[in-house]
Amino acid sequence: MLETQLETKVLDLKGLLCPMPIVKMAKAIKEIEIGQTLEAYATDPGVMADVPAWCRSTGHDLVTLEKVDKQFHFIVKRMK
Amino acid sequence: MSLPNITTLATENMLQVSKNENATKNKTTMIICSGDMDKVMAGYIIATGAAAMGMEVTMFFTFWGLKAIQKSGQLTGKSLMGRMLGFMNRGGLDAIGPSRLNMGGMGRWMFKKMMKSKGVASLNELYDTAVELGVKMMPCQMSMDVMEFDPKMDFKDNVTEPVGVAAMLEEAKESKFTLFI
Repeated sequence: MLETQLETKVLDLKGLLCPMPIVKMAKAIKEIEIGQTLEAYATDPGVMADVPAWCRSTGHDLVTLEKVDKQFHFIVKRMK
Repeated sequence: MSLPNITTLATENMLQVSKNENATKNKTTMIICSGDMDKVMAGYIIATGAAAMGMEVTMFFTFWGLKAIQKSGQLTGKSLMGRMLGFMNRGGLDAIGPSRLNMGGMGRWMFKKMMKSKGVASLNELYDTAVELGVKMMPCQMSMDVMEFDPKMDFKDNVTEPVGVAAMLEEAKESKFTLFI
């Protein structure tokens, strides 16, 4: 139940193109606690492939990844 | 009827990539031999991407690749020929053009404009990001001697002391994969 108490950090990645979305994510994930989540909005369609790959490589948990209108919305949970 | 799962194939069969099964570190080494805008850009994008994936990254700059770490507004060379080369080869990341359709600098101008309008990070921004993420940048001693570069004057900050092939190979030996660009 501790997890629900941790605040979700929101990250704006709109307008950024490869490699900046994952670079910013890598920086932001270091600034949150383990178990805390990061919620991001992006406009680069490349994130649909890059975010899952980044999560698999770094070991963080991809909670959701979806396309909403012309934007991409995803939530990543810091695991370590 | 269900469609088969389509997954993106890894680029491990791509030319000029070597994979190392005995890597001792979660690391990649990149050899930048080209000073073309497109290739230097690929180099910095892969380097920053790998660093963002938690990998240690070493970049080794040789021959025209030295353009990627050259200071702008600094003329290189000591001898007559060295200074001639320095004059024709002047400028850093801002001065390099694409490998195709440069058309005397028009292509460079056009690409910069198009990339800016689409929001792609510039070469200088990518370099700064690479530095920020702790990418190690090593210039090649021999290329520097040939082209008469001065390690203290002609390179951007954050570049290591010049090294030789053995130092690069030592980095590559402990890396998971090595790229030649």
